[in-house]
Amino acid sequence: MTILGPILFASLLVVPMLLMNITTDSHKIVVVDESNIFENQLEDRGNLVFSRVENIDDAKDQLKNGTFDLLLHIQKADENQPNPVALFYNRQQPGLGTHSAIENQLQDIFRNKLLMETFHISAEEYNAIRAIRINVRAQNVRTGEEFATGLNTGIGYFTAFLIYLFVFLFGAQVMQGVIEEKSNRIVEVIVSSVKPFQIMMGKIVGIAMVGLTQFFLWIVLTVGIVTVAGIVMAPTLAQAETSQMATDIEAMVPSEVTAGAAAMFENILAGAGNIDFVFIILMFLIYFIGGYLLYASLFAAVGSAVDNEADTQQFMLPITVPLIIAIIAIPMIMQDPNGTVAFWLSMVPLTSPVVMMMRVPFGVPIWELTLSIGLLITGFVFTTWLAAKIYRVGILMYGKKVSYKELWKWLRY
Amino acid sequence: MILEAKNIHKAYANHKALDDVSVSVPHGSVFGLLGPNGAGKTTLIRNINQIIAPDSGEIWFDGERLQPKHIEQIGYLPEERGLYKKMKVGEQAMYLAQLKGLTEKQAMAKLKEWFEKFGMETWWDKKVEELSKGMAQKVQFIVTILHEPKLLIFDEPFSGFDPVNVELLKAEMMNLREKGTTIIFSTHNMGSVEELCDEIALINKSQVVLSGNVKDIQRKHRNHTYSLTYEGESERDLKPLLPQGFTVLESKPHGHGFYNAKIQIPTGSKISHLLTEITKHVEVTGIQEILPSMNDIFIQTVTKKEPSLRA
Repeated sequence: MTILGPILFASLLVVPMLLMNITTDSHKIVVVDESNIFENQLEDRGNLVFSRVENIDDAKDQLKNGTFDLLLHIQKADENQPNPVALFYNRQQPGLGTHSAIENQLQDIFRNKLLMETFHISAEEYNAIRAIRINVRAQNVRTGEEFATGLNTGIGYFTAFLIYLFVFLFGAQVMQGVIEEKSNRIVEVIVSSVKPFQIMMGKIVGIAMVGLTQFFLWIVLTVGIVTVAGIVMAPTLAQAETSQMATDIEAMVPSEVTAGAAAMFENILAGAGNIDFVFIILMFLIYFIGGYLLYASLFAAVGSAVDNEADTQQFMLPITVPLIIAIIAIPMIMQDPNGTVAFWLSMVPLTSPVVMMMRVPFGVPIWELTLSIGLLITGFVFTTWLAAKIYRVGILMYGKKVSYKELWKWLRY
Repeated sequence: MILEAKNIHKAYANHKALDDVSVSVPHGSVFGLLGPNGAGKTTLIRNINQIIAPDSGEIWFDGERLQPKHIEQIGYLPEERGLYKKMKVGEQAMYLAQLKGLTEKQAMAKLKEWFEKFGMETWWDKKVEELSKGMAQKVQFIVTILHEPKLLIFDEPFSGFDPVNVELLKAEMMNLREKGTTIIFSTHNMGSVEELCDEIALINKSQVVLSGNVKDIQRKHRNHTYSLTYEGESERDLKPLLPQGFTVLESKPHGHGFYNAKIQIPTGSKISHLLTEITKHVEVTGIQEILPSMNDIFIQTVTKKEPSLRA
C-alpha cells in the first residue's frame, strides 16, 4: 500500500486530465437559423464544426444520411425573447459536454446581442460591471490584525477532518492488530515475555508511527508522481489548456469567472500572513496525539474483548458516535466558532480533538485551550487505564461472547 | 526447589480459580500438573509466568521471590499457541527470541543450530501461513526453548500436536532434563505421566488434592495386587489353593502352556506367604506387583472428592 497508494492518488489526478484530451467526441453540426440572429457567429471550437443550411427539411435529410452528426434548429422568436432551439441527433446522442458547449455559445451570442442592441452596453463595460466585488474584512480592533475568515475555515475544516480520519483509520488498525494477535494465539506467548500494557502501548505507538510515515510518504510520492506526470505530459496538457482558455476568453463574458475567482482568492489570502501557522501545527499535533491515544486505546480494548472482527459491532457504536457527532457539528461550529455548542464539544475529550481544531484558527482564549488540553490528557490517561484493564483480561479469554456486564467485571479483576 | 508456590489464591468475579494452592518443583525434575479441564492448571501456570498476579500467596523462583527479571529464565509454551501468519518464520523466531532477552547474534546462532537439528533450514524465509500445522508447532517449540531457560513450562503440550511431534517433544523434554532443565507440563492425559514425570501435583476444583513423587504416590495407592504366572497343562482354579483372605481377581491363559492370575492379598499379609502356599501345587514362573496406573489414581482421587461425577 505504501507504494500503491501514491500511484492510485496520482492517477486520480492525472487520469481525468488525460481522458479529457483523449475524448474525440467530434461533431459535424448543421445549423438552421430561422431567426438570423446567430448568423455566422457560431464558431468552430474544439471538436465542434458548424455549417449552415437554409432549409430544415434538407438539413434533416442530411442528418439522416449521415453527412452531419447533429442538427441545430433555431426557431424565430419575439423581440428580445430567447429563441426556442432544438438539437436533433441521429445515431448518437450528444454528450453533456457537447450539449453545454452549444448552449453556452448560443447564450453568449444572444446576451451580447441583447446588451449591444437593447441596452447599448459593450462587452467590456459588462465585464467591468460583473467584476465588481466588495470585500468585508474582519479586523481586530486592538492589534489591527486582519482576519482571513475563508482561509481560517479552510484550515480548521482540513485539520479537523484529518484528525477525524486518522483517528478512525489508525484506531481501526490497532483494533485489527489486537484481534489478529488474539486469533493467531500468539498473544500469550508474547505476554509471557512482556507486560500486557507494554504490548498494548507498543501496538498503539507503533501503528501511529507506521501510519504517519506512510501518510508522509504518500504526500511526498503523490506530489512526486504528479509532478513527473505533469512534465511528461506537458505538451498535450498545454494544448488542452490553451484550447480551454481560448474557449473561456473568446466567449466574451467568461472573464467574470476568472475575475470572481481571483477576487475570492484575494479575499481568502487577505490576512493569511496573520495566521500563526506554527501555533496551528502545534495544536494539531497535540490534539492529534491526544485524540489518537484516547481512541486507539479504546479500539485496542474492543479488539481484545472479541474473538473476531464480526463481534466488534456492539462495542464500536459508543466509540464511533462521539466522533461522528463531532464531525456532524463541524458546520455549526464553522458558523459560530465561539458558541455554546462549540465550547462544550471542545471541552469533552471525546469530541475536542476534532472540534477544537475547527475553532483554533479563529482564535480560542488560552484558558479554554488549557482546560481542553488538560481534559484531553486526563481523558486519554483514563481510557488507557480502562483499556489496559480490559485488554489484560480480554486477550486471554477465548470463545466467550462478551457483554458489557462482563467487561464491567473485568475492570474489577 | 527451583519453584515453590505457597498458598496461592486467585479468584475471578464468579469463581475461585485457585484456592490455597501450594506446589514445589524440585531442580531438574519433570513435574506434571494434572487435573481435569477447568481445575485451575492454566491459571497456576499463568501466575508462574507472571501473566496474572495471585490475589494472595507467594511464588519463589530458585530461592528468590518471583519477579520480572525471571522471565528470561522461564520458557513457556501456552495451550493457546500460535504465530503471526503473515510474518516470515526466521524473522518471527528472531523477534520472539529477542523478546526473551537474547541478543541478535545469540538468537541467530541458536536458531541456526536448532533449525539445522530439525532440518528446517529452508523454512527461514517462508511465511508461517505456508507451513503445515506440524511445521508451525516445531517452530513454536524451538522458540520456547531457544533461550535455554532453567524452567520450561508446557501447557497441555500433547493436545493439538501431531503424533510425530509429540514423540519429538517427549524426546527433547528428556534431552533437556538430562542437561538439568526443570520441566513443568500440564495435562489431563494420564498416559504420558508415568512415562515422563518424576513429580506431580493433581489439581481438582481449584485445590491440590494429591502431590508428590510419582513412585511414592503409586506405592501409597497400591492395592496389593500381584500378577502371578505359572506353567501347567491346564488352567487351574487357584482359589482353593490360596490361604485365607487371598482372592483371585482374574485368571487367563498366558501363551502356550502358561497361565496368568491376578491375585489380591489382604493387608498385612506378605507375598512370601502366598508363594510358599502356591508353589506346593503349581509351577510358578513369575510374580510381579501391579502398581495402580496414574489414570486409576486420578479417577479415584477426583471422584472420591466429587461423588456426583460417577453418575
